[in-house]
Amino acid sequence: MNEKLEIADKKFTSRLFTGTGKFSSSKLMKESLLASESELITVALKRVDIKNEEDDILSHLNDPRINLLPNTSGVRTAKEAIFAAELSREALETNWVKLEIHPDPRYLLPDPIETLKAAEELVKLGFVVMPYIHADPVLCKRLEQVGVQCVMPLGAPIGSNKGLKTQEFLEIIIEQSNVPVIVDAGIGAPSHAAFAMELGADAVLVNTAIAVSKNPVQMAKAFKIAVKAGRMAYEAKLAPISQKAEASSPLTSFLN
Amino acid sequence: MSNFKAIFDTYNWDTTLKSIFDKTTADVKNALEKEKLNLEDFKALISPAGKPFLEEMAQKSQRITKNKFGNTIQMYAPMYLSNECQNICTYCGFSITNKIPRRTLTDAEILKEVTFLKKKGYDHILLVTGEANKTVGIDYINNAIELIRSKFSNITIEVQPLDQKEYELLIESGLYAVLVYQETYHREAYKKHHPKGKKSNFDYRLDTPDRLGKAEIHKIGLGALFGLEDWRADSFFTALHLQYLQKKYWKTKYSISFPRLRPHSGGLEPKVTMTDADLVQLICAFRLLDENLELSISTRESERFRNHIVHLGITSISAESKTNPGGYSVAPQSLEQFEISDERSTEEVVEMLKNNNLEVVWKDWEQFEKV
Repeated sequence: MNEKLEIADKKFTSRLFTGTGKFSSSKLMKESLLASESELITVALKRVDIKNEEDDILSHLNDPRINLLPNTSGVRTAKEAIFAAELSREALETNWVKLEIHPDPRYLLPDPIETLKAAEELVKLGFVVMPYIHADPVLCKRLEQVGVQCVMPLGAPIGSNKGLKTQEFLEIIIEQSNVPVIVDAGIGAPSHAAFAMELGADAVLVNTAIAVSKNPVQMAKAFKIAVKAGRMAYEAKLAPISQKAEASSPLTSFLN
Repeated sequence: MSNFKAIFDTYNWDTTLKSIFDKTTADVKNALEKEKLNLEDFKALISPAGKPFLEEMAQKSQRITKNKFGNTIQMYAPMYLSNECQNICTYCGFSITNKIPRRTLTDAEILKEVTFLKKKGYDHILLVTGEANKTVGIDYINNAIELIRSKFSNITIEVQPLDQKEYELLIESGLYAVLVYQETYHREAYKKHHPKGKKSNFDYRLDTPDRLGKAEIHKIGLGALFGLEDWRADSFFTALHLQYLQKKYWKTKYSISFPRLRPHSGGLEPKVTMTDADLVQLICAFRLLDENLELSISTRESERFRNHIVHLGITSISAESKTNPGGYSVAPQSLEQFEISDERSTEEVVEMLKNNNLEVVWKDWEQFEKV
């Protein structure tokens, strides 16, 4: 049960990935992230001074239990994303990058065309590319073809906490994917995370729901448990759903 | 529609104002129940009928803001480069008719001011000038941006309206955002308050955000100067302008500021008083209209007001602002554009925010491209 998740050359015990935005302090951010037991934590390059080791956020993330996943949030084009990734590889010494290209600053919806272009180029440059995308099954296959290490479709718009509004498409993506599927954005409650895992998602990424709750540390723990429970349920294979009542003891067993 | 003017010209100020005042309690309740508000709902929220619902609006505004922006507030600092100005603006200390010492900062003086602000921790800077094309024209502004671009992640300007090509040049040099306030959307009142200078051209100013959108600027700041005309109608037209721009220039981010007329050397008394309660009502109404909008409050407002408003929808504030060129370190005693109200130091404001359980964000953008 609870087999490890493998992305590129790393194995993860936890299938809960987390973010660093919206906390009321960096101290609380760190306490919450450690409580979540998340092993991959995304940080927005636009928010940190990557060349400054004393940067308030980065200094709080300097912990052996934390793998940093720089994200390119804020860029509008493939060109900008590639440059940001190169900067972060140099400064943070990681070739992992969460590729986010959203020219729409209101809903932060990802640009599929620029994302595909950037992903292809970044893979060639040796990056482990984790693209944030709409729940588009065809785009996922195209990204897989250019060599990304996973896909990160959204459940609902970033920060909305609305849950898996894209469920139908996530199910197709999960069914078809040859790379891990990480549901990103929209997960607003531990029950949403558990549901994503029950559907067969390989991991989930949660930020707002933890950071904005009344008690982020406790909420982080709640997500940790929910993700584990959801994965266990998926591995145990859920009982089928039926519209009709079925007797637990078959009515014709006397024939045997 | 090719530009906002075409839409704006279909509206009448008096009819608009009447429609706001005609909103009823039922309209307000209806607006408060909706998830997606339209401009009629916005009118209801800013109407006199909305006033009894202020607490409900504030609660909702706080909830939405916290969910969208988290427990954070962005910090920025204005830096006045020049008080030279060829315009007459009846409400502004820089007005050409005011006999005050004029000063435009040199490169060395700009860098001295920058050193002061960097020590305070600022990474978002707002460059401000009057409108004097011979001394502080496009070349001067471009030079200032190039001079400081390596020192700040985010450079915003609040200067005279420029042409599209000039904006494109400044964006190329590292400009992130432009604040351009219409002052008032009341055409006749605008003319009365801007009788001379390039600024007297109402339509050119109205068209400025369109030129910025075409230049693909990252962010446009809109607003009206409250006190010149009825704040409700001016706010409605600001919202109308905003929604037009958001649909047309969808890659651009938008912010709204809420300047209220402050004392200055010109001495214009506000025609319309906007109370603290009015301003809270307006800020909450904008938040309910648009959960993604950046809302900014400056040191024009009092310490007490700012201590409370940081929880009701605001996402960015300035601190320790000086509104005269060189005011931080070069010429602290020279005349200010207007008097600020919250005179606390940056450190004191940061402390206040932390005590309010808010994370102070100094950096929230970076230009990731080779230039």
